[in-house]
Amino acid sequence: MSDGFLGYQRAKGLVGIRNKVAILSSVVCVNNVAQQISNKLENSIAITHPLGCGQFGPDLTYTINTLVGLASNPNIYGVVIVGLGCENLTSKLLANQIKRSKKPVEFFNVQDIKGGTIAAIEKGIKIGKRMTAEANEIKREPFDFSNLVLGLECGGSDSISGITANPAVGIISDKIVKLGGTSILPEFTEWIGTEHLLMERANNEQVAEKIQSTLNNFLENIMKLGIDFRGIQPTPGNIQGGLSTIEEKSLGTIAKAGKAPIQGILNYSEKPKGKGLWLMIEPGLDVESMTGLAAAGAQVIIMTTGRGSPVGNLISPVIKICGNPKTCDWMGCNIDVDASKIITENKKIEDVSAILWQKLKDICNGEKTQAEILGFDEIAIWRVRGTFPFSLE
Amino acid sequence: MKNKYIIINIEDNCATSLDKILQDEVLEIHNNLIKIKQEIPFGHKFALKNINKGNQVIKYGEIIGIAIKDIKAGDWVHLHNIQSHYLEETK
Repeated sequence: MSDGFLGYQRAKGLVGIRNKVAILSSVVCVNNVAQQISNKLENSIAITHPLGCGQFGPDLTYTINTLVGLASNPNIYGVVIVGLGCENLTSKLLANQIKRSKKPVEFFNVQDIKGGTIAAIEKGIKIGKRMTAEANEIKREPFDFSNLVLGLECGGSDSISGITANPAVGIISDKIVKLGGTSILPEFTEWIGTEHLLMERANNEQVAEKIQSTLNNFLENIMKLGIDFRGIQPTPGNIQGGLSTIEEKSLGTIAKAGKAPIQGILNYSEKPKGKGLWLMIEPGLDVESMTGLAAAGAQVIIMTTGRGSPVGNLISPVIKICGNPKTCDWMGCNIDVDASKIITENKKIEDVSAILWQKLKDICNGEKTQAEILGFDEIAIWRVRGTFPFSLE
Repeated sequence: MKNKYIIINIEDNCATSLDKILQDEVLEIHNNLIKIKQEIPFGHKFALKNINKGNQVIKYGEIIGIAIKDIKAGDWVHLHNIQSHYLEETK
């Protein structure tokens, strides 16, 4: 096999790079039930969250889409959903939607079981043990990179990120796209100033218009709050660090997405409708952003960091690449790829991207990221509009 | 050996310093000798060629701004001599 990785075959032609069973709570009230089931099962994760009831409208829809997306991610073999029984986001609703992925799904509600949480946890462990045993029967097989969905993220950026790690990631994103795979760029507030460039790269007129309208709507809405987003970027600290215009700052961010044409713009947690490079509407908070990427089906995420971030993701391994020599030294345990050699050792961006490419293959093949080794697996769901969107003042 | 500067894209007409570059330092870049006109702090940019007033400043192979003064090769490139093209266009 020339260029590929060893993954797990899933239904509907999907491929996972991890093989876990997920214990998913439908509502915050049973988070600990799900967690205690998972604690007793090897090779399992508990997907818990502070939501699932008292939510309506778009806020509820985004929560449902994200939980369904996370559980449907091909890194997950099967799902056991735990509900309480009186919540508005029911275990049955989640089960019906997750079953569309054709993976094993079981669900029950704590209120439907005689014996309370003690009996419910026993039931969950019993189902979970059967499911993890099934998962362990599956062996890794060779696949090519057309099966990979790569998420692109940056966090704790500094003036070095945009000229070292981000362009190195851009080469990888282009390579995945060239090999027939998929790549997703989130964090839409950080595209501002480069709309015209993104629009030029759009696959067709509709995509270009959507990029423009998405950013214009955001800029207009935030203007109503008295904030001119274009006027506050780059920050005084950025300017002192050498960044001049908003274009320069945003170009540093979107450098992660290389030069590939843009196929479309996705809602938060929405799955790409085809291969190639996609944009995702999504906030700038790293953990919410990477949760949306995993829910969209990204099996792996590359995150650039300058000042150093420890965060990982529960579903998709997060490969950390850093261009800052001091951060690579001080926070070495949180960094997977050292891009600071561009500064300290006369390495080129291409040299670092070659190292990153090998690391990406190793992680896809099962090697653990630093965040996985250290147990960092955050998730957070973006609340697009509060269920009660009024001011308390 | 350390890199003193980085050029992200071959089409760029400015480079970003990766170390403090002193005034009058001479760098050989693409077989040209460029004399640095002012001290360039880490992370700041200098021009690789002359950029006349009104012309595009290119980094990442894209326009990051427009020169508002004549910029000579080796000049420090920052907000004293370039401005956003985007903000002018979207005013």
